[in-house]
Amino acid sequence: MALKIVSSMCTACSACEAECPNVAIREKGGTYIIDPKKCTECEGHFDAPQCIAVCPVPGCIKKA
Amino acid sequence: MSASAKSSSTYISLDSLLKSGRAQSEPSSSGCSSSGGSGKSSCGSAAGPDDMPAHIWEKVKNHPCYSEEAHHHYARMHVAVAPACNIQCNYCNRKYDCSNESRPGVVSQKLTPEQAVKKVLAVASAIPQMTVLGIAGPGDALANPAKTFKTFQLLQEQAPDIKLCLSTNGLALPEMVDEIAKYNVDHVTITINMIDPEVGERIYPWIFYQHKRWTGRDAAKILTERQLEGLEKLSAKGILTKINSVLIPGVNDEHLLEVNRAVKARGAFLHNIMPLISEAEHGTYFGLNGQRGPSAQELKAVQDACAGGANLMRHCRQCRADAVGLLGEDRSDEFTLDKIEQMEVVYDLDKRREYQQSVERERQAQHAAKLEAVAAAPADEDIKLLLAVATQGQGRVNQHFGHATEFQIYEVSGREAVFVGHRRVDLYCQGGYGEDEQLPSIVNAINDCHAVLVAKIGACPRDELLAAGIEPVDAYAHEFIEKAALSWFADYRARIARGEISHQPRGDARIRQGAYTAAA
Repeated sequence: MALKIVSSMCTACSACEAECPNVAIREKGGTYIIDPKKCTECEGHFDAPQCIAVCPVPGCIKKA
Repeated sequence: MSASAKSSSTYISLDSLLKSGRAQSEPSSSGCSSSGGSGKSSCGSAAGPDDMPAHIWEKVKNHPCYSEEAHHHYARMHVAVAPACNIQCNYCNRKYDCSNESRPGVVSQKLTPEQAVKKVLAVASAIPQMTVLGIAGPGDALANPAKTFKTFQLLQEQAPDIKLCLSTNGLALPEMVDEIAKYNVDHVTITINMIDPEVGERIYPWIFYQHKRWTGRDAAKILTERQLEGLEKLSAKGILTKINSVLIPGVNDEHLLEVNRAVKARGAFLHNIMPLISEAEHGTYFGLNGQRGPSAQELKAVQDACAGGANLMRHCRQCRADAVGLLGEDRSDEFTLDKIEQMEVVYDLDKRREYQQSVERERQAQHAAKLEAVAAAPADEDIKLLLAVATQGQGRVNQHFGHATEFQIYEVSGREAVFVGHRRVDLYCQGGYGEDEQLPSIVNAINDCHAVLVAKIGACPRDELLAAGIEPVDAYAHEFIEKAALSWFADYRARIARGEISHQPRGDARIRQGAYTAAA
């Protein structure tokens, strides 16, 4: 259970990085990536995945 | 709902504003008062030292965004350390980045706080009249608090003479006011486009607040409450605020009068009403859905109607989030990361002070010339018209027509010449040759003006301007703008009196929307 960022759509705005409760998001090669080993899709933390809620690009973050 | 309670959402039409010029009853003003009739406020952007308390003048006098007079002389820069945003606006798409384009939210290179400080020191050494550093995105300064405040902290240590300011949508503002005060930030800009959630839901599709995405009216309600609370807290701390409002025809045009009253009541220092920038090629929701921006006269009508409320700013250039230089110029290309790496930066505080003193002498000369010209002008004002001016700073008519990428617009009567705005244009002159296809767009941009004051102008554009009914004037080259404008006006009146010409009203003008098609 994890989410991934579609790198071709990512604007590298970094908004998701600060919101992730698992510190699973970091910058890599000009865009951001989600560590699938750390991502819980925010289950147990919030009602909805925080990275999707804050991302300005529709469809940029989806299920891995 | 009673008629009076309903009145908050029954707006006067833009048409009625255009006809009356001033449809708004003047709210009682505190502090800075407004002078009647001309739509000119006696404080804020156009004001001078005689119009406000000394401690406030001290804060604004060298700030190009807060003082219209200062913007002819002092420069600012933005550093793009704040990429993240916590709301979505229908006029914004931060994915689009064209280095030839200038509008808020757009940036070429994102910087870390350390890179930003290096850039500031390099620019401050090369451009000693750079007095103000702002963080304006490309996202929201306060949605990136760690990066924003780290930058401020480093700058306070390394360049203590530079004024710090920031720009925010206000959502995260209330809790940040104490932190802002800690870094001696004495200017904060909040973008407030509405105070009514019904209007807001047409501007903001969503906000991210307290770990949740809010949409529709709920989102707009939270946003407006947070914005106004933040504004009140800043005012209570004595931090000067500028309210930016994007004028979106058919969405918030008449509503901006209410916004003006609401922000003035909460202590806003300046209100800056800016035209929507909207083209399909920008990829914004508004751009893709055909929402148009206002014409020059529509913008001016709303600005004039608001002029009795909070002090109005008219010289905003809607800068990019990484702009460098005087307002209206952008030298960011000279200060890219690669180029900064190669620069030898010596931050010489004394040299900067010395230079700024010479700028101050020039500025005082402009101020004196303006007072003198106004004193010499006759008191009657039956004619009022617009003039376009080609200037590259220092408050003088000192630019060649063909080299202008913008014209400053002055409203002139027999009594005074008041700066009321500017118009961006595509460069006419490329490598020594005039580009004839550019002329119609320049004529469109200043079509509501009776004349254009320039340092020099070629024969071809001169004839075309005359054919369009705009008088090209190079007789006042290198004079101070206000003096030149009033001198030209006196001459214009004399020619009418002699029966050589008759005074005709002008049409509307187009506010330029797209990217620069020609290299600036």
